Amino acid sequence: MRYALLLHYPEMSADELGPEALAEGMREFDEYAKALDAAGVLRSAEVLQPSTATTTVRGGEPLRIQDGPYADTKEQLGGTFVIDVDDLDAAIGWAGKAPSVSWGAVEIRPVGTRFVDGAWTGFDYR
Amino acid sequence: MIAADDARVAAERAARASYGRILAIIAAATRDLALAEDSLADAFEKALRTWPEAGIPDNPEGWLVTVARNRLRDLLRSPAVRDAAPLLEGVLEADERDAATIVAGRDRIPDKRLELLFACAHPAIDPGIRTPLMLQVVLGFDATQIARAFGVEPATMAQRLVRAKRRIRDAGIPFAIPTRQDMPGRRDAVLEAVYGAYAIDWLDSPMDSDPVRDSIADETRWLAVLLASLLETEAESWGLAALLTFAQSRAPARAARPWPPLDEQDPATWDLELIAEGRMLLRRASALGEPLGRFQLEAAIQAVHCDRARTGTLDAETLVTLYRGLVAIAPTAGARAALAAAEARVR
Repeated sequence: MRYALLLHYPEMSADELGPEALAEGMREFDEYAKALDAAGVLRSAEVLQPSTATTTVRGGEPLRIQDGPYADTKEQLGGTFVIDVDDLDAAIGWAGKAPSVSWGAVEIRPVGTRFVDGAWTGFDYR
Repeated sequence: MIAADDARVAAERAARASYGRILAIIAAATRDLALAEDSLADAFEKALRTWPEAGIPDNPEGWLVTVARNRLRDLLRSPAVRDAAPLLEGVLEADERDAATIVAGRDRIPDKRLELLFACAHPAIDPGIRTPLMLQVVLGFDATQIARAFGVEPATMAQRLVRAKRRIRDAGIPFAIPTRQDMPGRRDAVLEAVYGAYAIDWLDSPMDSDPVRDSIADETRWLAVLLASLLETEAESWGLAALLTFAQSRAPARAARPWPPLDEQDPATWDLELIAEGRMLLRRASALGEPLGRFQLEAAIQAVHCDRARTGTLDAETLVTLYRGLVAIAPTAGARAALAAAEARVR
């Protein structure tokens, strides 16, 4: 099964973190991604810019465009890892190893369908 | 040709004795309990239709597994689920050899109920629905019966059960024995859920003797014994089996309304065979040599009470010691109150 691991954590700027903590964090994420890759389960990894860089669009005429995140909460979505593993227990195992789990939360969401080679894969909409 | 009644009896016997066993096997491939239940229901219906003509097969369980599996395959090919089926077909193929053996009756049906119990009590399942889920998928009680035992509306219970099963399927909750590392926590969750079935608040029930609740209590004790034997080396699971067996040995005394307090019950009404079985189960737990857990202590307390049937007197000093142990590891309000009562009796 494919799962998206959604990493939520309180945002801190590079200044707030300090160079050492920043370097340590990057090293940990590097190790994590390489471990996922070596296990053959990694499908994609994206670490996001801070929510200060985000723009939110809502429908209507004209479109409403607003600076800032969709929900202004203490913890923000900071990155996503898509993995392909046997079951939820395997996904929980990997989620627990994400570096950010010690200062935030990791949401595990099964992937419903995805667009590959010009078409959506089978979608179980029961 | 045999009487329809005989076929019905054979089908019902298979249903009671092996519902959870068959369902666990059919659901394991897809993790889709609802679909497996539909398939099994169709198989039972077909049994009632064809057995009177064709005779009861040599291996009724194997017959049911095969028919239910074929039905599952048909359902997976139906338009509603076809798009998701290719993946599942692969999983089903892997079970083929297994199925062939079962049909030939050369082998007993593999027991995957433990895996099913771990799925029902998975940490990703709301603790409040774990017990009802087990009662339904392992013991085969229907939503209306479970709703009655829990004192909720049948429609509400049915909806919560459907949601839990959908969650198992969609979240990818495995039908698997946890790793050694995860075992302690996951085992406790299963024990709690089984205990929950027994501890449904029927103690305070205003209802007179209720066949559904009595039957759930009885089946739950059986499930606890099954769980202990499947886990084999987990002392607390033997403790829970002993606890429920002792408690169930006094079921005859609970027929009176209101229930007489334990101390005032006539031990002559208790079931001596179950008391002996409870002692055997508790010995099995302590033979594993682990530190005493909550269920073993509670079972030991029950054993002291039940021993009144043999000795005619209550060993109040031992009760105090056991309750002190219980309060030390599980300091609930109930345990504290029971300790106070036991101490008052000694003074």
